[in-house]
Amino acid sequence: MASIKIHQNNIKDRDGLLEVCPFNALEWEGEELVTNASCKMCKLCAKNGPEGVFEFKDDPVAVVDKSLWKGIAVYVDHDNGKIHPVTYELIGKAKEMAAKIDHPVYAVFMGAGITQKADEILAYGVDEVFVYDHEALTHFRIEPYTAVMEDFINRHKPTIVLVGGTTVGRSLAPRAAARFRTGLTADCTILDVQENTDLDQIRPAFGGNIMAHIQTPAHRPQFATVRYKIFSAPVCVDPTGVVTICDVEEQMLESRIRVLEVAPKQASTSIEDAEVIVVAGRGVKQEKDMELVQRLADLLGARLAATRPLIEAGWADPKTQIGLSGRTVKPKLIITCGVSGAVQFTAGMTNADLIMAINNDPGASIFDIAHIGIQGDLYDILPDLIEKIEATEENVCTTIPE
Amino acid sequence: MLRITTCIKQVPGTTKVEVDEETGVLKRDGIESKMNPYDLYALETALKIKEKNGAELRVISMGPPQASEVIKEAYMMGADDGLLLSDRKFAGADVLSTAYTLSQGIAAQGMPDLIICGKQTTDGDTAQVGPEIAEFLSIPHVANVIRIREIKAEAIVVDMDLPYAVETVEIAFPCLITVEKGIYQPRLPSFKLKKATQDRPIHQLCLKDFTDQNETRYGLKGSPTQVVRIFPPEANTERETWEGSGPELVGMIHDRLITEKFI
Ligand SMILES: Cc1cc2nc3c(=O)[nH]c(=O)nc-3n(C[C@H](O)[C@H](O)[C@H](O)COP(=O)(O)OP(=O)(O)OC[C@H]3O[C@@H](n4cnc5c(N)ncnc54)[C@H](O)[C@@H]3O)c2cc1C
Ligand SMILES: Nc1ncnc2c1ncn2[C@@H]1O[C@H](COP(=O)(O)O)[C@@H](O)[C@H]1O
Repeated sequence: MASIKIHQNNIKDRDGLLEVCPFNALEWEGEELVTNASCKMCKLCAKNGPEGVFEFKDDPVAVVDKSLWKGIAVYVDHDNGKIHPVTYELIGKAKEMAAKIDHPVYAVFMGAGITQKADEILAYGVDEVFVYDHEALTHFRIEPYTAVMEDFINRHKPTIVLVGGTTVGRSLAPRAAARFRTGLTADCTILDVQENTDLDQIRPAFGGNIMAHIQTPAHRPQFATVRYKIFSAPVCVDPTGVVTICDVEEQMLESRIRVLEVAPKQASTSIEDAEVIVVAGRGVKQEKDMELVQRLADLLGARLAATRPLIEAGWADPKTQIGLSGRTVKPKLIITCGVSGAVQFTAGMTNADLIMAINNDPGASIFDIAHIGIQGDLYDILPDLIEKIEATEENVCTTIPE
Repeated sequence: MLRITTCIKQVPGTTKVEVDEETGVLKRDGIESKMNPYDLYALETALKIKEKNGAELRVISMGPPQASEVIKEAYMMGADDGLLLSDRKFAGADVLSTAYTLSQGIAAQGMPDLIICGKQTTDGDTAQVGPEIAEFLSIPHVANVIRIREIKAEAIVVDMDLPYAVETVEIAFPCLITVEKGIYQPRLPSFKLKKATQDRPIHQLCLKDFTDQNETRYGLKGSPTQVVRIFPPEANTERETWEGSGPELVGMIHDRLITEKFI
């Protein structure tokens, strides 16, 4: 196992030594320089510290027999059988990696009354879907779900387990990883696999200000969670995989959690919660043309919002005004159509992850804050764009009937 | 009386760290520390339960000796007792060994009825330590709690936030919950409590106080994951301007919407 050895005799100048470590992990214990609990073994002291003082020692570790662990498994995230698309994105990545190391791709599907849904997963090209279907798995409760995952892992020994970074996934993955005393890397944005089946995991740290490349070199299985919309779903194939029904044993179902009530949430209609927003501004010439902007919003699963003049004209719901005297939004994507970009408006939306602005005036101040400034007439662009999106086939695999 | 333990962590005061692209060194300008903001909600939840139902509230933190500052802060908010797990052998801990260390520290003091964790930390940012502690203690856990409904003699009833529903669940004690930001508005440290608690001791435990003293389960040795490299993210702040005919622009917008996965 690795350690930092500090050669006290080689310390010539005590000044500034503590600053060698960005994590405040160095401290003086009397005359002796030591590392404290903040040490992340990042090796920066060995790299940047004075000659001969810090030595990184990497002792050989007891390594698992990696050849005993085969297959890349994906946890099937779903709500009462409605499969969350992050599952397919993970299958896409799993297939890509599995091809490199010639491993099978598995899907682990647990719930109640879900068996007939398993075929849907085959259409994305997995080799085997393991179905654990039992009444007692109706609701996500941590102990039974972990027990099922444990059963699957013990039986099939996958080298990698991928779990969607959903509410359920983020609860289940750590629990299962801890049970196997193995590593888990949260919210990976890049995944790749080495020939020796080690998983390369890259994730943002410190609120996205730095990226960390992480490996789990001596433990199996290797767990990683990935959020929705990081990877792409695979293209559909003629299913060649099989569905295997697994026994759910009584002792897996013990739980000290009781679900008392499930209150479905109203789909939020407020623009504050929207992930995608399309904004209409005064570039929209007449009330009837709001339909155009609404149509684009619908196609993108977005909410329609408007600038104040349009609200005042009564063309849009006052609850959808963005800006100083309206709402503040932080969507993943905002598309503004015919909005000039007055500060009173932009004050409510500059924190959007991606701002696309359509405006026919190259001097419009919206272009100062837009990530993508599109200089053009919204009446030229929107109708064609709508048509083009409508023509794009949705990438959902439908099972081929027998 | 109900015994509650809240897990709190000291984190850097800012996440605005940068990596020097050439040297790979983290640039820091006198990073100060503070309590993980998400843990303030965990603490406030515990204090609310304490006020309403009566409880003994202990906070626990793993970190370097200066992490005792966050325990003092918890005293100023109303915690009764604080425990710091500090040992050089805990250095370099990833999620698994952090959770294991905390579980050992919690168990060393007698199992509480309820453990409350924050949703996540601003430095580790994994939201995984809570569930892993629960696993090591073999107790049930519920994450994403947005409301405490009721404290019963043998169980707690909470609302858990799911994407499409709010689930009300009853969890038997002992158990662990992780709470969402905003469950209750955290109070400010009180000056009165500051004076009253300034001499209150902070208990410290190190590896030799634990039941499991196997060094390979702690710190870097107990960490299955290893950081191979850290590097700055690709800057994504560039601005683009697109000009062209209507159909050209439509094509470009369409392509971008696909690559960004909005279609
Ligand atoms: C105290 C105060 C508070 C305010 N609060 C808010 C607020 O909360 N929210 C808000 O929105 N406003 C607010 N305003 C109003 C704000 O100052 C602006 O007047 C308003 O945002 C402008 O809206 P607009 O961009 O839609 O219209 P305009 O400024 O008229 O801009 C229209 C834009 O559309 C472009 N355009 C025209 N035709 C086309 C076409 N065919 N294709 C493409 N582009 C075209 C034009 O080049 C122009 O840039 C506030 C003002 C005050 C004084
Ligand atoms: N070193 C630590 N000491 C005490 N509690 C911690 C520590 N690390 C994590 N936690 C708890 O676990 C939660 C989730 O942390 P994380 O998994 O790092 O995002 C935090 O909100 C804390 O309640």
